[in-house]
Amino acid sequence: MIEIKDLHKSYKMGSNSLHVLKGINFSVKEGELVAIMGSSGSGKSTLLNILGMLDEADSGTYFLDNVPIKGLNETKAAKYRNKFLGFVFQSFNLINYKTALENVALPLYYQRKNRKERAEKAMDYLSKVGLAEWATHLPSELSGGQKQRVAIARALAADPKVLLADEPTGALDSKTSYEVMDIIQTINDEGKTILVVTHEPDIADMCKRIVHLKDGVIVEDKPVKQIRASQYV
Amino acid sequence: MFDRDRWREIFEAIGKNKLRTFLSGFTVALGILIFTILLGLGNGLLNSFLSSFVDDAQNVMFIRSGNTSKAYKGFQENRKIQFKNEDFEFIKNNYIGKVEFATPRIYRDGLAKYKKESGSYGIRAVHPDHQYLEKTIMMNGRYINEADLKERTKNIVIGRLVEKDLFKNESVLGKMLNIDGIQYKIVGVFQDSGGDNEERLIYMPYTTVQLLFGNNDYLDQINLSYNMTMSTEKAIAFSKQIEKDLKERFRVAPDDQSAIRVYSLAEDIKETMVVLRGIYLIIFVIGIGTLISGVIGIGNIMTFSVKERTKELGIRKALGASPGSIIAMVLQESVLITAIAGYMGLLVGILVLKLIGNSLKEFFILNPKVDTGVIIVATMILIFFGLLAGYIPARRAAKIKPIIALRDE
Ligand SMILES: Nc1ncnc2c1ncn2[C@@H]1O[C@H](COP(=O)(O)OP(=O)(O)OP(=O)(O)O)[C@@H](O)[C@H]1O
Ligand SMILES: [Mg+2]
Repeated sequence: MIEIKDLHKSYKMGSNSLHVLKGINFSVKEGELVAIMGSSGSGKSTLLNILGMLDEADSGTYFLDNVPIKGLNETKAAKYRNKFLGFVFQSFNLINYKTALENVALPLYYQRKNRKERAEKAMDYLSKVGLAEWATHLPSELSGGQKQRVAIARALAADPKVLLADEPTGALDSKTSYEVMDIIQTINDEGKTILVVTHEPDIADMCKRIVHLKDGVIVEDKPVKQIRASQYV
Repeated sequence: MFDRDRWREIFEAIGKNKLRTFLSGFTVALGILIFTILLGLGNGLLNSFLSSFVDDAQNVMFIRSGNTSKAYKGFQENRKIQFKNEDFEFIKNNYIGKVEFATPRIYRDGLAKYKKESGSYGIRAVHPDHQYLEKTIMMNGRYINEADLKERTKNIVIGRLVEKDLFKNESVLGKMLNIDGIQYKIVGVFQDSGGDNEERLIYMPYTTVQLLFGNNDYLDQINLSYNMTMSTEKAIAFSKQIEKDLKERFRVAPDDQSAIRVYSLAEDIKETMVVLRGIYLIIFVIGIGTLISGVIGIGNIMTFSVKERTKELGIRKALGASPGSIIAMVLQESVLITAIAGYMGLLVGILVLKLIGNSLKEFFILNPKVDTGVIIVATMILIFFGLLAGYIPARRAAKIKPIIALRDE
């Protein structure tokens, strides 16, 4: 599903540049649930953004579902993001003037689905994260956990091939974190490929594989025995 | 542009961001409002200025004759120059394309009697074209027509005040009016903006007067209007040409000032035009100034709006919005707000002008009004420049990388 080879990325800051990713080799098969760990500044978000086509690598190759991702123009990148990728951010990034349902329906709008279909699908995914009754509420009326569940529903609405989550539980307490992880595991059980960036070892243990980043390279990549979040919920 | 779904998305964004919508709408509405009112007041100024000219058509020339003041080509001085029908025909037919309407005039007075009422009135014997030259407005019935001329009928058209004086409230059409012992049939009643004197007149066919009084073909005066497409300079030259031709025709010395005189309003108009142009220029400058400030206002608001929405736009891009769709969204929103707000500003402006009405008459502002066409054009210009002003921030918004827009502060 994901295939990267010798990926490099530096940020230019004035005259000197900061080499953040220094040759990442990494592949993810369909249906995997991968945790990306590492200390702050190790390049986790940078890697995830490149995988999400939100940013571009300086060198190296990247195949997503056997499609080479290189030198895409903005319009093409937008199309691929819409078709292949779902994002979940630490700070939710919901549109504050749209209701939960409208937020979830937004990726479908960019897929040019008609209004009725959008509403139906969005409602399906909201039910899936247990928020059907909150459909008409604005993000400001939802708790952090609920917001993140709306964000997950939104990421799933376009039926992407890969779900990318950058510290999805970073802003949540442990109980809500487990609720969110429970949903992520359920989705993964249904076959969706998911990458989760996290700091927290207990969250990482709820995945099936942990990748450790340090100073821009992968220092450890091991499968783990998955701990089910449902037992804590 | 005409995607219903996209408009719905925009309506939603507008409806749910009331402050932003209000701010940008307010700027535009205010701009159009001020523009409308200023333009209306300017037009009011123009109207009061023009009202001194509206009595007659503005492209009129009067040709009068008198006695020669010089001996010329074997003719004695003090010879009376008398216009006749053939001279009228000459004027009418000799300047095809330049003369629009032409009429002779024969002046008379008469004592008109109806039942117990009577009064003395001026009589003008004319050609049907006279109606257009004098801007006579028919209230009832008709004007003198070609058939009247041909058959030398005793049909007359009376002024509104003649009717009021003699007939009180009776209906007059078809009634007979006795003028100096001759019975005439009233076929029409007119009004004229030239004042009471102009409405105490009686018009009849010039051929009838020639038959009844002297059985000759004499004319007192010839009036004509020239083609409006002629510039003022050309019109003045044209009046000089007519004067020259007539002087030759009657063997009058070219520098004889009293025998034949062609008087043209064009000369007055030329001076008027300078003032008019000044007023127009002021209106134009004010209008452009208002529009420019409106455009700058929209540009600022759009920049502000895009900045405020950076995060939202980043989210949209992450979810699959193309740069083009971001630009279109921002622009469509701005156009929609501009159009609606502009329309509201226009309505309020027209209302204000209506309320002002003629209350500023003593400040030389008469009937301030705006041409809706002008305002529509102004709104379109505003929308166009609104688009232009919105395009720069919209493009910047479209170029923002989603990660930058999404980065936590
Ligand atoms: N746009 C940028 N311009 C310059 N430097 C950047 C940019 N984005 C990230 N960096 C730097 O690159 C390095 C890696 O950043 P990144 O966000 O990938 O780290 P991270 O592993 O996600 O850290 P955290 O756990 O704190 O989120 C950091 O030193 C960061 O300061
Ligand atoms: Mg990070």
